[in-house]
Amino acid sequence: MKTAETPFEFVTVSYLTRIGNQSAGTLAELLTGLEQCSDASIFYHTYQTLGSHHFLTEGFSNDFAQWVLADTNRNDLAEQLAALDIRDYVSIAALRSDLCRVVGDYCEAHRQFAGQSALERFYFCESVEVTVPLGRNARTLDEFRDGIQHLSHAGFYFHFISSRLRLQLKTNDFSHWLADSLGLRTLADSVNKIDIYTNTLDSTRTKLVRLIDRERRKA
Amino acid sequence: MSEAVALSRIPLDDYTALLGPAEIEELRALAKPLRGRSIEMINSTAVGGGVAEILNRLVPLAEELELNIKWDVMSGGEDFFDVTKGFHNALHGAPYHTSAKDFEIFLAYNEHNRATLPLDAEFVVVHDPQPCALIDGRPPGANHWVWRCHIDLSHPNRAVWDFLEPFVSRYDGAMFSSPEFSRQLPIPQYLFYPAIDPLSEKNCELESEFIAQVLTRYRIDPQRAILTQISRFDRLKDPVGVIRAYRIVKRYFDCQLVLAGGSASDDPEGAIVLKEVLREAGHDADIRVIELPAWAPLEVNALQRASTIVIQKSLREGFGLTVSEALWKKKPVVASAVGGIPIQIIHRHTGLLAHSVEGTAYQIRYLLSHPEIAAKLGEHGHQHVKENFLITQKLKRYLTLFLTVARKP
Repeated sequence: MKTAETPFEFVTVSYLTRIGNQSAGTLAELLTGLEQCSDASIFYHTYQTLGSHHFLTEGFSNDFAQWVLADTNRNDLAEQLAALDIRDYVSIAALRSDLCRVVGDYCEAHRQFAGQSALERFYFCESVEVTVPLGRNARTLDEFRDGIQHLSHAGFYFHFISSRLRLQLKTNDFSHWLADSLGLRTLADSVNKIDIYTNTLDSTRTKLVRLIDRERRKA
Repeated sequence: MSEAVALSRIPLDDYTALLGPAEIEELRALAKPLRGRSIEMINSTAVGGGVAEILNRLVPLAEELELNIKWDVMSGGEDFFDVTKGFHNALHGAPYHTSAKDFEIFLAYNEHNRATLPLDAEFVVVHDPQPCALIDGRPPGANHWVWRCHIDLSHPNRAVWDFLEPFVSRYDGAMFSSPEFSRQLPIPQYLFYPAIDPLSEKNCELESEFIAQVLTRYRIDPQRAILTQISRFDRLKDPVGVIRAYRIVKRYFDCQLVLAGGSASDDPEGAIVLKEVLREAGHDADIRVIELPAWAPLEVNALQRASTIVIQKSLREGFGLTVSEALWKKKPVVASAVGGIPIQIIHRHTGLLAHSVEGTAYQIRYLLSHPEIAAKLGEHGHQHVKENFLITQKLKRYLTLFLTVARKP
């Protein structure tokens, strides 16, 4: 079994939610908020919310889409916002730009809805991240498998979802290490294709372990 | 002042069966850099009330993680607590006639406590308005002070808030249960959800025989649908509105309604509301209005577990933790979109929200017609509580807060 020179270091993450100073009561105000809020706020309402609501595998994508659906009843806009897939982005700036474009285009095309009051206001919050090493690392595929099975939801989320922004690549920590350190590019690609929108963190983990086991059987 | 002794000691490892070993290991990893560092929690009562209940659970768990934590209770006379009760209601938006004397009493007791409380821990967490002026005793140096506000400050009485705000603004951060409850402040504000303890008597698993006994005691038929609202008899919980919603549902479904809450005997307003509820219920044999003893966690637990649907049709709400209690028990919940409820009920995902009597009735009928959807909402609701509203998550949030404020210059 191949041993990596650079070990995979497992960490966990914990987030504190900071309440922002902005809120929106209409679609037009949502657009203003999207333009002005911090990067940490865009992260909170898209990346982090996907992790904290991982158990919802039908129709939940991000907080903006959920608010538009539940509180403004604009299903068509909610659908467009929900369709923005964070895996397509390696920067918050690009994601913000698309969020603004979608909401801006909608407000332009449906001016009668842009100023309509929502049932409840949308409050912009932001993430404050604290990472802590778990003191475990892996140099072989077996150790890697073992480490993954012992990760909390937060740790798994950190390596599989939020890592995309950190790496600024359209991949995740697991795939990155499998390809770069163990040379297992096919496995890395398969792992990266697991759909985080239609799987829970637990079912994603199960699929990941199954892929690793298939690779181990080849060895 | 006095040092409070936490009455409940449930070992952290007992949560492993519910949460998995990785979650507990994560708590230990987060706590590691904080081992031995001092924390002082300060509130105004050791027993009764939600804050004391949470600290009773939280402090022993933090001790188990080797944090040097202590819980101090500020002292105050009857006059102080009369003033702070008035402040409490005023901060919730109730009318209040301020007087210079009230402010003097408030400041005098805070000053007295400053002289007796140590206030020298690395992290000082002050709960609610009563002790918030203790910040005047902040020693020079690098300790960190945070203020945890458990009440809704969205529409405070101006005079009372104007008096308290200069104190609050001198903390290093403030924590609120919902973004809606917060104020514009010059300090960082954080979201801190209240929490339930899955191992407490109110939320632990129960034997089916015990649940059956409770139903028999209150003459509830387990064979027919049971709609339940657990709340004190208070107009803001709209028990009369719940009966009206039930009556609409009853036209289409054979069901029973349970309205259970703490005894109204020592609460004059509660007794009036109870009379209104009984009058509205009339002679309907399928409505059970139950006055529970002040402390009846097992009965509440059993009634929630026996329910087909749990309702929380409040007109105004704090956080509304009864919603999380029901969700933890995998119950489908229909609730009003007020206060902290929409944080717990993600509409169509972890429950259904309503804005009127008719809307509440419609959502109940929808769930009675689609039990498979009701089951799915209950399952998702349970997961939502597990991720966000358990005491272990609250502990994690505190650890993260301490690590965050400690790294700031």
